[in-house]
Parts: sequence; structure tokens; C-alpha cells
Amino acid sequence: MEIVLVGLNHRSAPVEVRERVSFTNDQARQAAEELRARGILHETLVLSTCNRSEVYGVPPETTHESAAALSNYLSSFHSVQLDLLSPSLYHHYDRNAIRHLFRVASGLDSMMLGEAEILGQVREAYRVAYEHGATGPVLNRLFQGALEVGKRVRSETELGARPMSVASAGVKLAERIFGKLQERSALVLGAGLISEQVVSHLRDRNIARLFVMNRSLDRADHLAREFSGKVIAWDDWESALTLPDVIVSSVSAEEPVLKRSVLQKAMAARGNRPLFVMDLGMPRNVDPDAADLYNFYLYNIDDLTQIVQQNRSARESEIPRAEVIVDEHVGKFLTWQASVNLIGIVEALRHKLKAERAEFIRERAEGIPGLTSEQREQVEAIIDQLLEKMLLDPARRLQGEKDLRRKIQQVEAIRELFLPDRERP
Amino acid sequence: MNHLFFLLTLTAYMGSFAAYIGYLVAGREWSGRLGSLLLAAGLVAHYFALLERARGLHTVPYHDLSGSMSLFGWLLALTYLSLELFHRQRSVGAFVLPFVLAFLLFAQLSPPDRLAAPPATGVAFAFHVTLSILAYAAFGLSCVLSLIYLGEQRLLHQHRVGDVVWRLPSLDLLDRMSQSSVLVGLISIAIGTVLGFVWVDRLTGNVWHYDPKYVVTLLVLVAYVFYLRLARNPGWRGARASQLCIFNFAIVIFSFTVVNLFFSRSHRYF
Repeated sequence: MEIVLVGLNHRSAPVEVRERVSFTNDQARQAAEELRARGILHETLVLSTCNRSEVYGVPPETTHESAAALSNYLSSFHSVQLDLLSPSLYHHYDRNAIRHLFRVASGLDSMMLGEAEILGQVREAYRVAYEHGATGPVLNRLFQGALEVGKRVRSETELGARPMSVASAGVKLAERIFGKLQERSALVLGAGLISEQVVSHLRDRNIARLFVMNRSLDRADHLAREFSGKVIAWDDWESALTLPDVIVSSVSAEEPVLKRSVLQKAMAARGNRPLFVMDLGMPRNVDPDAADLYNFYLYNIDDLTQIVQQNRSARESEIPRAEVIVDEHVGKFLTWQASVNLIGIVEALRHKLKAERAEFIRERAEGIPGLTSEQREQVEAIIDQLLEKMLLDPARRLQGEKDLRRKIQQVEAIRELFLPDRERP
Repeated sequence: MNHLFFLLTLTAYMGSFAAYIGYLVAGREWSGRLGSLLLAAGLVAHYFALLERARGLHTVPYHDLSGSMSLFGWLLALTYLSLELFHRQRSVGAFVLPFVLAFLLFAQLSPPDRLAAPPATGVAFAFHVTLSILAYAAFGLSCVLSLIYLGEQRLLHQHRVGDVVWRLPSLDLLDRMSQSSVLVGLISIAIGTVLGFVWVDRLTGNVWHYDPKYVVTLLVLVAYVFYLRLARNPGWRGARASQLCIFNFAIVIFSFTVVNLFFSRSHRYF
């Protein structure tokens, strides 16, 4: 068994590359289907957030070629040249891949240490893949473990006790400009998960008016109802720009939704009243050239996460505690993985010993005159009992081995000593 | 200035400055409170220093450049502390105290005035000068607040949001603080100017005793009224209003220096 991970994140790739390799849910489903159809992965899960695009999988082959095949696939799927993409990609296998995911789910690998959103994003990615049938026993176990780690880290360390996220950072920045938000209004473009989180923070600060715009009216209605906002029809969005003090944009669109010319017109129409825009879309929703407009403050996802990163040192003291939890769960997963491997090895060993026993009896029995078939069966049964005892006693001891490292070493030793031809599990 | 009170004032202001820095940089709440307490203590000591000086010279503290500067520093600190209490915002202290200290030290180090003093007597005159210097101090404070506004806005535009920016007042509050300060200045200068005319009338029997200072003071009044009007206009609110406020203070400095020293016949140090 082998777990492979290929991906890129905020540390390995700039936003210009990340936005070209991001997946929508539909694209994630499509990728899982194609990877299975092409025989690259048996199980697939795509985790695509603002800061990362990662493909976790279980390949049919146990070689490391699966990572290269995945890289090629990502390049062709997103029509990005492999030369451009490769420097940004990282590859992890087995223990490292498991550890990476658990650190991601804990918020330890986030641009903003301990951010709260990532656990919801991991949960959502798992739900999408699971419902589509893209995951199997390995990834199901892996991601359930990741969710458990994320919850534990948040509840047992300070890393999660003081939730600071892109959403809260954006709202705090709005307060840097407007002061208290009680008399301000906000417009939310796109009613996705991240928008909901921002709106929740805005409501916590008693924002006076909230407007929601979304291509899907149902979703906009839901968000507006939940946070006592007002829905504005998608077609009215240009005129709606004159209303708010804060705009939160997280629309799924390939081109910027808010172009400079549109914003310039809107700023003039609103008498150059200050406007703070959180562009949380990936690809970006707001034309970056608009940043120089008078009284216009534009922060994209990278800007916000960079700002919040400055608070990182305050949380860094909690890293060792969180890492202990991560390591504990990596150990648990490897134990499970090793137990699965052990069962496979015992079965393979039993099969091999029985085959050798049959060959041995056949060769020796021919040289014993007067051996009846009944006596021969009795001898076979006795030898089988002996083999079973010789096999099961050490297997049980190995099963009960507490030291994971020792256990894995012993399993590996059995495999190499008795089953040298068997493929590495 | 009496040395004991001067030293007490200097120590208190410097301590206050250090404490405000501690509050701004490290975010220590107790440090901010200490800054306010030391500033209040400094104000008391500074008041007695001014009083001692006036008694010693048998004249008002604004009789010469030294006294005038010292009074300016005291009123700047007083205006700031009032704004701090009114808006409950301490993080600007670290920016204002250097100016207060500069005026205090400048007053202490300036050479003694050998020129004849104007006939400075009477309550109307005392209030005229005090309110005028208070207005200049308030305008000076609004200039400092506008500079902070522009600096903070630049940092926000450049996405350089460090610890200090998180502790500074919001742009909106800086704007309002600046407007409050200008309002204090405008009221002071308006009343002070009226009292000046009253005093001139009593002294000479003629209210229209022409002095180039009148024109510049009128210009300052119009400039700040214009600022207040524009600062309430959404399109001007923000950087443009702050730039205007700084420009207006340049006129005040011009009035306080060039006009007083070279053109005015009766306004030398206020």
C-alpha cells in the first residue's frame, strides 16, 4: 500500500501559479474519474483551497512513478506547462504524506498558523470525494484521521483557542479604516463558505447593513436569511457597488468580476467614500490595477494571509504541543496500516508454506512404501497444524507489539526473509 | 524657567514618552496608562514652571520667545490629553510627546529677549494670547494627527500592517480627532481674536489698529473653516483633508514666525 501526495501551496507557489491550478468541486470529481480511468490512482482526493491544491491518492503500483504521472496529469488538466509547474510542486509518500495532511488539517501548515477554515475545507473536500465514490478504505481512514487530528489540536492547544482567520483579519482591517462597524454596510459577492465566515465576523461586530449577491439566488437567500441581510439581484451588481463600505468578494470566475473601470465609476458615484474590498476569490475577482483608486483599499487572499502571518509568533509556542498530537495520530495511522500489512503477509506466508508443504510431502511420500492415502492426509494435517502454530504465534506477538518502529521493522524483516518476491505492500 | 520644575517637567514628559512608546510597540496597557499619568504630572509641573517664571520676571509667560514656546508646549500637551480622554485613544501619545518635548527644550535653550516688550497687561490681553497659543497648539496637534493619518493610510495601502498599525487609531478616528482638534483651535482663535480687538480698543480707542497679523489670522481662520467643511465631505475625507490640514498648519507656522518677526508690530511671540 502506498499513499502519494502531489501538490503546491502558498510557500511553494505564488498566487499567479496557484490560481491556475485550483480545482472546483466539479473539476475535482472529473480529475478523480480520469485518474482512475487512466490507472494512475485507485483512490483520489483533491484538496483545493485558496492557499493550496493537493491531490492525495492510492496508486495501483507501488513505485514512485505515480508522483511523476500525477504531475503530468495536473499539467495537462490545467493546461499549465510542466516546466512552469514542476518547481512549485512537492511530492510526499506514505508517512510524509500522512504527516503533511495531518499538519494541514491542524492548521500547522497554513499561511496563518492555526487558522480555522482549513479543517472545514478538508471536511468539504472529503465529503465531495466520498460522495462521488472517489475514496476507498485507505483515504477514508486517512481523512477521518485528519479530521480527528484537526479537532484535537483545536480543542487541546491554544493554536485553535484564539481563532484568527483570513475572514477575521479582513474584518479587523476594515476596522482599521472605519473604526467601529455599527454604522457601516457590507456587500458580499458570492455566497460560498469563506463569504459565510466573513459575514459571521461582520455580524459579530454588529455591522448595520448587509447585502448579499450570488449567481444562485437560493444560496444568497440562505445566507441573507441566516445573517439578516438583504439579497440584491446579480444583474444589479454595478449599481450595488455604491452602497457598501466593505465588499467581500469570493466569486468563482475565471476573469476579474470587478474591473478597474467599473470600480472607478462606482467610486465616483459614491463620492469617493472609502471602500474596503476583500478579494477572497481564486482566481482573483478584483482587478489589481484598481488598488490605486482614491480611498480604495484592496486586499486579496495573499495580502490578508501575509498580514495575519505576523501574528504567527504569538502562536508558535503552541506548535510543539500540536506536533505531538499530529505525531500521535501519524503513529496510529501507521499502526493501522502496519496491521493491515501484517494480515496480508500472514496470508501470503500461509499460502507459500502450504504450497511448499504439498511439494515436500509429494517428494518424500514417493520414497515411503505402503503409505496409504489416509496416512498421508494425517501427516499433512499434522504438518499443517505445526505450520499454523509456527505462523500464528509470532504473528500474534507481532500484532501486540507496542513499539511501532520495531513492529514495522519486524514486518519488513518477515517480508524480506520469507517473501522476497512479494511486492512491497 | 525654574530649574526644579523644569527638571520635573522634563522627567515627566520623557517618562510619558517612553511609556507611550512601550504601549505603541509592545501593546502593554499598563504602559499606556502610565504614559497618561506621567503626562498629567508633567502638565502640573510645567504649569508651576510657567507660574514661577512669570512671577520671577514680573510678567506673563508669553512675554518673550522662550515663554511663548513653553506655553505652546504646555497647551499642546493639555489639548492632546483632553483629546485622549475624550476619544479614549492613547496610541497617538508617542507621536505628540516629541513635539511637546521639543517646545519645552527650545524654550529652555532659547536666548533671553533683549527687545522691549509690548504693553502686555489686562485680562482681555491675557486671554487673547493664551487662546491664540491654544489655537496654534490645537492646529499643531491636528497636523500631527494628519501626518499619522497619512502614514497609516500609506501602510494600509502598501499592505504593511505591523503591530504598530494595529494599535494606532482607525483612520476614521484619526480623522475625527483631527477635526475635534481643529474645532478647538477655531473656537479658541475666534474668541482670542475678538478679545484682541477688545484689548486694542481699550488700549488705543481704535479697534481698527491695522496689523498684517490680522490678515494672516483671517486667512488661518478661513483655511481651517474650509478644512472642516471639506473634511465632512466624503470625497475629501481622508488623505486630501489631511494634506489640507498639514498645509494649513504651514500657514500657522508662517504666521507664528515670519509674520510675527518681520511684519507684525504688536504680535511677536504669539
